[in-house]
Amino acid sequence: MTTLTDPPKEQFRLSMLLYDTRYRSATIQVIALIGFMLLAAWIISNTINNLAALGKPVEFGFFGEPASYDINQRLLEYTSRDTHLRAAFVGLLNTLVVAVLGCVTATILGVIIGVLRLSHNWIVARLMTVYVEMFRNVPVLLWIVFIMAILIETLPAPRAFRGENPEAGMILGDSVAVTNRGVYVPEFLFSNSLGDIHLFGTSSLRFDVSLDLVAFLIVLGGAIWASRWIKHRADHVQEKTGDRPVTWWQRVAVFVVPLGILLYALGFHLGYPELKGFNFKGGTHMRNSLIALWIALSLYTAAFIAEIVRAGIMAISKGQTEAAAALGLRQNRIMNLVILPQALRVIIPPLISNYLNLTKNSSLAIAVGYMDITGTLGGITMNQTGRELECVLLLMLVYLAISLTISAVMNWYNESVKLKER
Amino acid sequence: MTDIGFVRTEMLPEQEPPASEVGAIGWMRHNLFSNWFNSALTLLAIYFVFKVLAGLVPWILSPTWNAGSLSECREILHALGREGHYAGACWGVINERWIQLIFGFYPSELYWRPIAAFILLGVALAPVLFSDKVPSKLFAFTALYPFIFPWLLWGGTIWGPLSALLGFVLGWFVYTAVSKAISNLFGIILGVLAALIWWLALSGYFVGAMDSIAAIGIEVVESRKFGGFMLSITIGVVAIACSLPLGIVLALGRQSDLMIVKYLCVGFIEFIRGVPLITLLFVASTLLNLFLPPGTNFDIILRVLIMVTLFSAAYMAEVIRGGLAALPRGQYEGADSLGLNYWQAQRLIIMPQALKISIPGIVSTFIGVFKDTVLVSIIGLLDPLGLSNAIRADANWNGIVWEIYGFIALLFFVFCFSMSRYSMYLERKLQTGHR
Repeated sequence: MTTLTDPPKEQFRLSMLLYDTRYRSATIQVIALIGFMLLAAWIISNTINNLAALGKPVEFGFFGEPASYDINQRLLEYTSRDTHLRAAFVGLLNTLVVAVLGCVTATILGVIIGVLRLSHNWIVARLMTVYVEMFRNVPVLLWIVFIMAILIETLPAPRAFRGENPEAGMILGDSVAVTNRGVYVPEFLFSNSLGDIHLFGTSSLRFDVSLDLVAFLIVLGGAIWASRWIKHRADHVQEKTGDRPVTWWQRVAVFVVPLGILLYALGFHLGYPELKGFNFKGGTHMRNSLIALWIALSLYTAAFIAEIVRAGIMAISKGQTEAAAALGLRQNRIMNLVILPQALRVIIPPLISNYLNLTKNSSLAIAVGYMDITGTLGGITMNQTGRELECVLLLMLVYLAISLTISAVMNWYNESVKLKER
Repeated sequence: MTDIGFVRTEMLPEQEPPASEVGAIGWMRHNLFSNWFNSALTLLAIYFVFKVLAGLVPWILSPTWNAGSLSECREILHALGREGHYAGACWGVINERWIQLIFGFYPSELYWRPIAAFILLGVALAPVLFSDKVPSKLFAFTALYPFIFPWLLWGGTIWGPLSALLGFVLGWFVYTAVSKAISNLFGIILGVLAALIWWLALSGYFVGAMDSIAAIGIEVVESRKFGGFMLSITIGVVAIACSLPLGIVLALGRQSDLMIVKYLCVGFIEFIRGVPLITLLFVASTLLNLFLPPGTNFDIILRVLIMVTLFSAAYMAEVIRGGLAALPRGQYEGADSLGLNYWQAQRLIIMPQALKISIPGIVSTFIGVFKDTVLVSIIGLLDPLGLSNAIRADANWNGIVWEIYGFIALLFFVFCFSMSRYSMYLERKLQTGHR
């Protein structure tokens, strides 16, 4: 008969830090941390020494100096007498503009192409395959400069619109002019405008918020809320009585009537671009650089999104469709209630990373001269002031902040559409 | 018994299916004209294809291959009666400059070196890419190749790469000797130390001494002469080769239980993935020298290589982490229950499966990195896009647009498309019927 005894208590020895698995992980972590801190300290001290040798201490005072360069495509008012900080802010908004425009068009195009690629129509499916392979396998920078070249070389100059028998004409009922200097689209004008609110006074971050836009958004939000309330009530009635009241006209009306009244009250009209002298005046001028970047990023990202959408739809087994049909659901309800919720679960995570890629790729704007944050802060400001360290680090921080925000928002959305398991 | 009226005793001959259901007509009915919407789409698509081809084919088929300038091209086209701005392509520019687009300003008498380097690259990659068709002894060459590649491209004395190689050999000997005598762990530490001492302290003297004894070497080519596709491929290959091991380490770090290591890896990966490559290239061109001891000034291509490698390693890490996460928990537990330690489990059980799952992701990262090498034109390196601007600035070719872009796009397409096809082949080959 044996008796169990406690194992002999080991004295702690220094070698146990390496050989005892209980302590080894702590040892490794401490070594890693020390190594990392040493590396960081080494880099920082090198940087400080180098900057001291160059006579450039790290400081951000240059942001207050006048930028003295122009930004031709912008959302905010800006002159070359404004500060570098203002220029960076204008550039940041430009980045966001092209990112948002690109994400929206890329999604729409990508979904259409992804669905068409699954089409039973042989020639359409092949064409879409060609599109996807063509855009995925050629660098996006090449597409950007290529589309820029197409815009500059093939579109008519503004003078082609002049004369009795012009070579070129405006499209969409004389409202949009497509020229080799950019696209002129009608602008929204309000004759009884509510005016603007000026935020942040006269600082570099000042911007104006149009009260007309605010009013429009408030009414739109109210209309969406009312429409949902009508739907909710219809659901309620249907559950009680089994009959669903016809509500589509109510749901259209809550949008059309208040918005129509608001726009009429504000005196909404369009300001059309007109040819005056050698160029177009009026309307909103979207320059070629913006258009080229927008088109190229959308087309390029659409090819990736198309593949994601295709994979998402193909990931749903045919049994799901058949089971839903066996339950007696109609085609569109099968799509809405069975296929899409499951496909979205597959589609959204890679979609997020494509939005992030598009936003990061928008930094290639510098190749066509669109003044986004890379073109202002990382381009002209950096070259003029010679403050490489400050500019590049800030530029990285800005992009990091944008990326983290997008992924936070999209991950939140992903959580909300995810299939709830258990 | 009642009589059975009629029982057929032989089979009827098979009837032909209706003519509208088989053959070309049947195929077209099913695939092109199944309903009115499909028919409309088909007609639209055919019209579109026809328009594109009608515009593109005559443009491409322009007999301007031997023209010496854009105006000569226009004369040739004019003589054919083709007028207008888009009458035809001017292929003379490709004929004159394709060598430059591929080799940059690399000295023309030394073209054999990059060519040899890339052919040997194929040989070195063969045992990795087609492991079932090529004798595995070639792996020895693959291991040597990282030392041959830079020597062939940049040139210089042969003792440099040899001494780098000697460092590895020395480290290996120290490791085997010490690990037998004392322990495995000390073997690794001392081996790495020996190699580092060799590289940092001794190898300079060794190279100098050997060079004075026997100056074997080939002509040095400076980095600023690199350009064109050679530069793209060089950056792509080096970044890809270095980022895979680095990515594996980062992915393991991110998955590990060691909290500090994990957060260091997460921080690195998320930082790199959160910023565009162009900002990292700005770091390479302006800041990297600031981060190093005063007086260090090394080559711009090397700096770009470092940043592109770090960039792709972060993406690679995420792809491999996906593969690791996709492995069932039972695989890790099975490895533990066999008594394997961490590295044995990784090497024998986890990594082979995780890497297999992540092949498509790895290849698409490769393709992405290769495409992203075009960005170096923004910081002034002469990759194909950078060269295209130089060519268009030439008085002879001022005004050329489409031909050069088309040529560059075509070459990129060929590389990237074949890489994606290879990944499909590999997926099929490694498909063992379960996941």
